[in-house]
Amino acid sequence: MPQMNMVQAIHSAMDVMLERDRSVVLLGEDIGYFGGVFRATEGLQRKYGEHRVLDTPIAEGGIIAAAIGMGVNGLRPVTEIQFADYIYPAYDQIVSELARLRYRSAGDFTAPVTIRTPCGGGIRGGQTHSQSPEAIFAHVCGLKVVMPSNPYDAKGLLIAAIEDNDPVIFLEPKRLYNGPFDGQPDKPAVPWTAHAKGEVPEGYYRLPIGECAIAREGSELTIVTYGTMVHVAEGAAQAAGIDAEIIDVRTISPLDTATIIASVKKTGRCVVVHEATRFGGFGGELAATIQEECFWHLEAPIVRVGGWDTPYPHAFEWEYFPGQTRVANALKRVMGEAA
Amino acid sequence: MPRPSRLHIPHPSARPGEAPDFSYLRLSAAGAVARPEPSARLEAMSPSAADLATQLVRVLDDDHRAVGPWNPHLEPAELQVGLRHMLLTRLFDERMQKTQRQGRISFYVKCTGEEAVSVAAAMALEPHDMLFPGYRNQGLQVVRGQPLVALMNQLLSNTGDMCKGRQLPVMYHGSDARLFSISGNLATQFPQAVGWAMAAAIKGEDHIAASWIGEGSSAEADFHHALLFASTYRAPCILNVVNNQWAISTFQGFAAGESPSFAARGPGYGIPGLRVDGNDFLAVHAATRWAAERARKGHGATLIELVTYRVAAHSTSDDPARYRPRDEAEQWPLGCPLERLRQHLCALGEWDDARHAALTAELEQQVNAAWKTACTFGTMTEGPKLDPGLMFEDVYETLPPHLARQREALRAELAGATAAALSGNVTQNTGTGA
Repeated sequence: MPQMNMVQAIHSAMDVMLERDRSVVLLGEDIGYFGGVFRATEGLQRKYGEHRVLDTPIAEGGIIAAAIGMGVNGLRPVTEIQFADYIYPAYDQIVSELARLRYRSAGDFTAPVTIRTPCGGGIRGGQTHSQSPEAIFAHVCGLKVVMPSNPYDAKGLLIAAIEDNDPVIFLEPKRLYNGPFDGQPDKPAVPWTAHAKGEVPEGYYRLPIGECAIAREGSELTIVTYGTMVHVAEGAAQAAGIDAEIIDVRTISPLDTATIIASVKKTGRCVVVHEATRFGGFGGELAATIQEECFWHLEAPIVRVGGWDTPYPHAFEWEYFPGQTRVANALKRVMGEAA
Repeated sequence: MPRPSRLHIPHPSARPGEAPDFSYLRLSAAGAVARPEPSARLEAMSPSAADLATQLVRVLDDDHRAVGPWNPHLEPAELQVGLRHMLLTRLFDERMQKTQRQGRISFYVKCTGEEAVSVAAAMALEPHDMLFPGYRNQGLQVVRGQPLVALMNQLLSNTGDMCKGRQLPVMYHGSDARLFSISGNLATQFPQAVGWAMAAAIKGEDHIAASWIGEGSSAEADFHHALLFASTYRAPCILNVVNNQWAISTFQGFAAGESPSFAARGPGYGIPGLRVDGNDFLAVHAATRWAAERARKGHGATLIELVTYRVAAHSTSDDPARYRPRDEAEQWPLGCPLERLRQHLCALGEWDDARHAALTAELEQQVNAAWKTACTFGTMTEGPKLDPGLMFEDVYETLPPHLARQREALRAELAGATAAALSGNVTQNTGTGA
């Protein structure tokens, strides 16, 4: 089976869908002639034409609004917002329009728009190229929110997102584009070729939106996480010598609570980990749901790990980033050991 | 010493207690503005794009004749249909305002004085063209044949409501009638219409999109996105700014800034701007036709400013006497669109007072009958009610597990409340809704 990194897998998903479905169009800044700042659409305009892979003005609100209109008129637009940090000018169109169009028109109008956007830190991007805004989309009824953690999932979930008749926010942890980053920036980079999930079929396949994956089975403790932190958590658990079960949430909304609840009931302990700031973050929703459903199975309080509640600081990236030390400390705390 | 800068705060020409003053309006005589070829390039237009955007296209003169190069030469029968649609729109508005005052509906928005803006434009477009209305465009709904009962059911949020009780009154839609769902957030439909038009062009279809916003909401970024995308991709669409002088209490000068017109925004984006007498049925029709022909032939979008006056309050929750002169509407120099078309038809010998009275009576009867029918689908106080379980549908295409659980929790909550009411006790609500 071919090896792909995450950018190649995402590229392949769009290539497959442009080929299969005439209604699929791509639009975004720098995505056409140039192929995207992360190369996710490289060569696609040449292959499918300027009418199907559109370069746009730098106007995120305009991109999403135009995609909504296109969706209403029978197309299946896949938009790229160059960095998740740039998505806010489009927030009204996403929240008030895209997410609620089906609802407010009682199903008479829909816009099957996919919004791809690179998120997360670890790339020396400072406060405007590093944010993880999944919680502000998870809070919006009518949106689906997906964040894959590896090339295989990225392709299967992106194809599912494009085929989904509901709008999907597809968050791509950009630190994972080239390899399964485990939170240790000083170690030599590991490529996806060394990872099982770097094996990606060439053709069409889809993975279900709305299902967690068990990234690692374990018995002592459950780590509920997603995106880059799946790999950081694996490293931290190994370093701490804890047999952790790691749930890769994959779909943040709608949330597969059943898989999470079953795991926590089995292990009796839980740490929730995400890269985003902790206060008001999605980890709060996860912890509250687990607490409601698993209270009598819990041996210790659920602990949340996240970025500090500050903007993402350029000079202090690795002090800010929830790396293996912070995660391992949380694991030990929940295991009842001194951190 | 140079004088320091001072912040300029714009003020309307008159506030309550002052004499209305419309001397700020630039008017042109009927027939005075030349009509360029619809296929003309922006920089080669005659008159110039700048003149077109600042003069005022008018067809009906003070003697009720249709004059000049923009005269669309419509048949009397078509003018009579236009008058019927405008009169129906006005009577519908008046009746719905009354029902709101009676507490039968929660909210209403009239379009009094702006009927031609919607009716003439919709009549100038083809049935397959897609319309993205604002909330003061009920004339579009009327022309596109939305049944009055359907509109009233929406206003009542009753069992016949096309929105299944999810939208504020007046936020209609009609998928068969090609009327997009109205949003309460202003101007969002403008760039969406451009996207729709882009898709039509991508698919190689002949259909165009048209959208309407108020002059106040042209201040939103969506307006600028719409113009830019329409210009960049030469999208086949018509972007209408209804300048009715007032955005609730904010006069048009706040959105216009120092610009002489809203149409003048167009040429800056490479799009022609037509400034049109919005109370002149023939001028609105002609301008829309011009823009539609331009779009359909691949020459892209047109920005049309429709100069009109919001005679009514912003909505049933508004009292304009607090911010503008009470008699301002009476001093409006462009008159009433219905009256002007009626007089024109009379001057042609194609209408008279008796026919007008008969039409008024017929349409009033139609509105009254529709209201009676709509009430059988339920009102706020009596008749059948929508199932509250409907609130969980259409959030997604299929019901996700958490919403299925919440729907069950609501059922239990409501059943508990019913049981409590029957027994006179308060029972514990066990639905957590997790």
